[in-house]
Parts: sequence; structure tokens; C-alpha cells
Amino acid sequence: MSDLESFRAETRAWLEANCPPEVRGPTNGEDDGIWGGRNAVFKTPGHRLWLERMGARGWTAPEWPAEYGGGGLSREEAKVLASELRRIQAQPALLSFGIWMLGPALLAFGSEAQKKRFLPEIVRGEIRWCQGYSEPGAGSDLAGLQTKAEDRGDHWIVNGQKIWTSYADKADWIFCLVRTDPDAPKHLGISFVLFDMKTPGVTTRPITLISGKSPFCETFFDDVRVEKEDLVGTLNRGWDVAKYLLAHERTMIGAMGEVGAGRPAGQVAVDHIGTDDQGRLDDPMLRARIAELDVDALAFRASLERVGDQVKAGQAHPAVASMLKYYGSELNKRRHELLMAAGGADALEWESDRSHHGQAARDWLRTKANSIEGGTSEIQLNILAKHILKLPGA
Amino acid sequence: MPLILTDEQTMLKEATEGFLDEQAPVAHLRHLRDTDDPDGVSRDLWRAFGEMGLAGVIIPEAYGGSGLGAVEAGVVAEAIGRNLTPSPFLSTGLLAARALIDGGNEAQKSGWLSRFAAGEAIAAVAIDEGAKHRPERIRTRAERSGNGWRLNGAKTLVVDGHIADVLIVAARTDDSLGVFLLDPGTSGVSIERTVMVDAHNAARLDLKDVLVDADALLGPADGSVLGRVLALGEGAVAAEMSGAAQGAFDQTLTYLRDRTQFGKAIGEFQALQHRAAHLYSEIEITQAILLKALQALDAGAPDAGLLLSVAKARAGKSGELAVQEAVQMHGGVGMTDEFDVGLYMKRMRVTAELFGDAAYHADRVARAGGY
Repeated sequence: MSDLESFRAETRAWLEANCPPEVRGPTNGEDDGIWGGRNAVFKTPGHRLWLERMGARGWTAPEWPAEYGGGGLSREEAKVLASELRRIQAQPALLSFGIWMLGPALLAFGSEAQKKRFLPEIVRGEIRWCQGYSEPGAGSDLAGLQTKAEDRGDHWIVNGQKIWTSYADKADWIFCLVRTDPDAPKHLGISFVLFDMKTPGVTTRPITLISGKSPFCETFFDDVRVEKEDLVGTLNRGWDVAKYLLAHERTMIGAMGEVGAGRPAGQVAVDHIGTDDQGRLDDPMLRARIAELDVDALAFRASLERVGDQVKAGQAHPAVASMLKYYGSELNKRRHELLMAAGGADALEWESDRSHHGQAARDWLRTKANSIEGGTSEIQLNILAKHILKLPGA
Repeated sequence: MPLILTDEQTMLKEATEGFLDEQAPVAHLRHLRDTDDPDGVSRDLWRAFGEMGLAGVIIPEAYGGSGLGAVEAGVVAEAIGRNLTPSPFLSTGLLAARALIDGGNEAQKSGWLSRFAAGEAIAAVAIDEGAKHRPERIRTRAERSGNGWRLNGAKTLVVDGHIADVLIVAARTDDSLGVFLLDPGTSGVSIERTVMVDAHNAARLDLKDVLVDADALLGPADGSVLGRVLALGEGAVAAEMSGAAQGAFDQTLTYLRDRTQFGKAIGEFQALQHRAAHLYSEIEITQAILLKALQALDAGAPDAGLLLSVAKARAGKSGELAVQEAVQMHGGVGMTDEFDVGLYMKRMRVTAELFGDAAYHADRVARAGGY
């Protein structure tokens, strides 16, 4: 038996023994997931156990180095783990901006002390992070951000406002872009800092979205003290960290377009609409559209895998994350349009228990942000045209 | 297995691209077309395929081939697609070779495979019968006759049929589907070359009371040999389409950079930049699933059939978009015979039908998904 095969056998056995039944099966969207943090809420004791067990093995961040609490797995081992998790329909043990976004940036730009301090608690889901990037006047033109940090010797004082801060009201710490040199060209006066959301002067206000939910907040900083040791990377070169992190964020948002999240649209359609005498969905036009979605989603899953392999082999273009973000977010929007069509009138109920309080409709509306957050689809296409296709004037 | 080419596969890719750039660029297709070449392919080029080890890429080393797999077949097919190179690589080197490797007896294998690998013989595999690829509805019949078989039926879109030294025909037996090896000179066989829109080879084949020996049946008559031929065909044609899409896209990008209007390169206009970036994404994603499917085929993975359908459907959709955008972004000159993009468009239309179009394969994906 090869090393990889024995790893698969061991992994399968461990998961069988350690993955609680409560966390197997499709999730009901991100609200239902395990987010961890100081004020973690677990749907069942099994959910808590699942995070603790996976966190202890470092399998919430399988490819991070073991010395920082990660799983220390090779790319191929991580793929085996992912496929074994998929096999038993295990829900993610941890949804985490720390894992998807901050961690990779700390691994690349953080000091040894920062890695040792922050990464293990991210892996175990003990600290929940949020991202302070967008501002009311800095959306697609992110580098135009105005939140300022004034140097007070051993610390900074931060003043300003962020917006669209996902789960700021639930987060423990923030990774934040602040302007540390107001006189430099806009990309060269930005720094990347970390601070506790409990610091005096930080307030958050949830924003109600078209889904009726409030995953995003306005976040205000009023004379917030930030320690100098919590600067990541070089002073005034925070844009480098920001861009690196954005590539990971974009891959993460893109990955939402992957198949396997929730009940497949074809099955949902069969549940609500039924089949003809040959077992085909009794709505041929919708069936064709769902089939095209599945074709694209399966192909996109392969593309995510391929880009990951290319990154590992040093063959990936850095801007390829924009392709994943663009395509994956548009794909996810398409999936939810079709899920709504598959549910028909049943999917329109906003408050009933039957509809799980409008789950399908709320998820559908939430996905509309996918092609806006983390850089719009149009921004991604600009990046591809400029950096990969090298078209003139882009 | 990582979804990237191994070092050996990368070397094969570079060698094939270098060989075709030199020996058979698009100008080679134009030459065959414009001289009304009776063969529609160059036999010298086919022998050169043999010398390069490309003709026998999947043929076992014992028969003079390279003994490689579907991924390597795809690498060669992609380079062929990029150059629009007409050759018996698909018909002979892949489809007929696959049928003989899987179903041939020793005499048949030693008789044909080494000649295929050397680029000395040409074979044609006849599957389709109507306007659309529907192998599950094959009506050509093979009935027991004495010790052998009697074949009746008609085939269409038989690639390289009019120049084949040997034919392999899919036909329905009492209980299933079999593939039969026959000499094109056998009584009752008639072949009509059909000059196609893409200037690549195809033929119609008519079989009237064609009598063949018992050993003409390759392997068991249970659909299994045909299934493996179809799987390789789907993967190889998808790879050729992927290469053609990339070829058309590369020419389009060059044009976007070079062509000026309103005092600037047309590639500076965001309306075109966004369409080009979208097309790039479609092509990349198709290349990923293509490699995934070919690896799965080589590994004998249970989901190989599903992945091949996804790859062929994707190749159809993204390929169609690539050639549409190529002609549109070239503007008026894209409509001229002088520019190559029209040739890519025509080849894409033919390969879309070969081994099932995007709708056929999306339907298979839906069935696999239980809806």
C-alpha cells in the first residue's frame, strides 16, 4: 500500500470514529456553520466536539505547518482528507476568515512572534477575525482608503470608518488597512495592522441586506489605540500584504461556486417538481439549465484543484485568483437562481417553518454580493486583462 | 495525482508543438484543401508522426508504440487542434488502436498495430449513423451467418473512411453492441468521401450483406470495446477542441494588441478586454476538467465517464465561444478566407458533433445526477 493509500485508510478510520453524526449532511448556509471565537455558538454539542477534534489535529488548516498548529499535510494528503470529508458529507469543522485570509498573509509577511501567537488560535477556532478593508469612499478603488493611523511613539491612534465588514459584530479581532502616510502616493501610504475589537473606541453597526439578514457591518474607529508590534509586514507597504490576502479571499469566494455545497439543484428540482415516466425532471427546459450548471460547476471544481496544484508547483500566475473569483461567484449566483426556479412557489415563503424561514430565498439574495465583495466581477476582469492577457492600456 | 503535466508529458507537449509548428501549421491544411488533395491528409506527415513516436502514442511498446495513456493522447491532440493539422492520428492512432488493443486477437494486433505506430497504415472507425451522435441507438446489424457475421447498415461521419486500409464498424448484435474489423474491399462495402466544411476527412459508409469471419468481432459483443473507444474519442476530441480554442484565442489576442482604430489599439477598449478576460476564464476551466478527465480515464476511475462528458460539454461551449469571439473581434477580416480564424470556426463546428455535442453530454451529466 502506498503512503497515500495508507494515509487515506487512516484518515477514513479516524473520521468514522471522530466525526459526530450531527455534522454530517448538507448545511443550511453559512449561518449554520461553525465560526468559533470567544463567543462561539454551537448548534449541538457534536458541533463543538467536531471543531475541538479537528482543531487539535490541525485539520482545520490541513496544509499549514505543524509548528503553528496546522496539519502539516502535503498537498496530496490534503486532497485525500478533503475527498474523505466529502465522502461522509462532513460539514466544515471551522469557517474562518483567519484560515482563509489572515493566516496565509501572516505565513508570508508576519514576524515569527506573530505567527506563533496568532496562527495556533486561528487553527483551533479560538479567535474570530474580521476584515477592515472597504470604506464608504473606497470600494472598487480600495487604495483610496482614508482611515488614518497617527504615530504616537510606541503606538498609533486610529480614526475612521470601515464598511461591509463581515461579521464585525461577532468578531474578536480585526485585520485592518490604515493610512500611515497621508502624503505618499495612495498605494504607498497604507499599513496592515491587527487589533482587538474590544479596544475602546471600536463600535459596529449591522447593515440589513436584501436577504433580511445582517452579515455585514459598518465599523467605526474613534481614537483606537493600536500597538506597534501588531503591524504586519513593513510600514507603509501594507498594500503588498493587502493584495496577497485579496488573492486568498478571492479564491475563497470563488470556491463558493464549487459543487457539493448543499443539496444539488437537480435533486431539489426533483423534490419540488417531480419526474416524467423516464425518471427525468418534469421540466425539460429547467433540466437543461441545471445540467449546464452542473457541467460548469464540475469543471470549475477541477479548475480550483488545478490552480492549487499549480501554486504548489510554482506554476501559477498570481492573478489567476481573479479568474477563480470571477467565475466562481458568477457560478454561485447562477446556482441560486436555479435553486429558486427549482423550488418554485415553495421557495418564495419568507417566514414559514416549511421554508426554514425563507432559507432558499435568503441564500439566493445573499449570493448577489459574491460578485461585488472582494472586488467586483468587473474589477477581476480588469485584472485578468492587464496582468494575464497583457492587453494594452489595461 | 496533481492536475499538472508531469515532466515527461511536458516534454512530449513541447516536442509535438515544435514538430507541428514546423511540419504542419495551418498552411498545411490550406495546401491540402486548395490542391483538392485526394487523400485529405499527407501520408508523408503520417509517417513523420510515426518517426516521432506520436502515431503510436497509446500503442504498447511490444507493437512499436510508446505505450502511453489518454493524457499523452490529449497532449498530442491539443497540439493538433492548435495547428488544425489533418492527420489520421484520431482515426488510426487512437480509435482503431484502442479497439484492436482491447479486442484484437494476437494476429490482428501484430498485423495492424505496428503499422499504425509506424504511420504506415490508416484505419477508420465507423460509429455514427444519423445527424447526431447516438451510439446507444446504433441500427447497423450484425447477424450470425455460418461461422461468421453478416453486416447491414449505413454509417456517416467516418473519419478517414475513404483512405482507410482497414475499417472498424460498430454494429448491433442480438444482445448488445460489437465492433467488427473488415477490409474495405469486402464485397458489399461502399464508401463515399464527404468533403466537409472544415476540409478535414469524413466519409459515408454503406454495408450491404457484408460477410466477415467470426474473428472479425473484436472482443466480446457486450458494448465494452465500443465503450472504451468512445471514452477515448470523447477525451481526444475534447483535447483537440481545447487546443483549437487556444489557437483561435492566441490569434485574437495578437489582433487586439496590433489593430488600431480611433488612434489606439482596440485591445485598450474595456468592452473587448472584459470579453477577452471572460473567454480566458472559460478556456482555462475547460483545460482543467479536460486534464482531470483524461487522468481519470488512465486511472480507470469510476467517475471517468462523467468527467469525460463534462470535459466534452465544456469543450463544446468554450470552443464555440472562442471562435465566435475570434471572428467578431477580428471584424471584417475575420470573415475572409485569408485569415485563419474562420478555419478554427469551421473545425470547431465539426469537432462539436464528433463524439457528441454539448447537449448530448450535458444530458448524460443530468442522468448521472438523477434528474
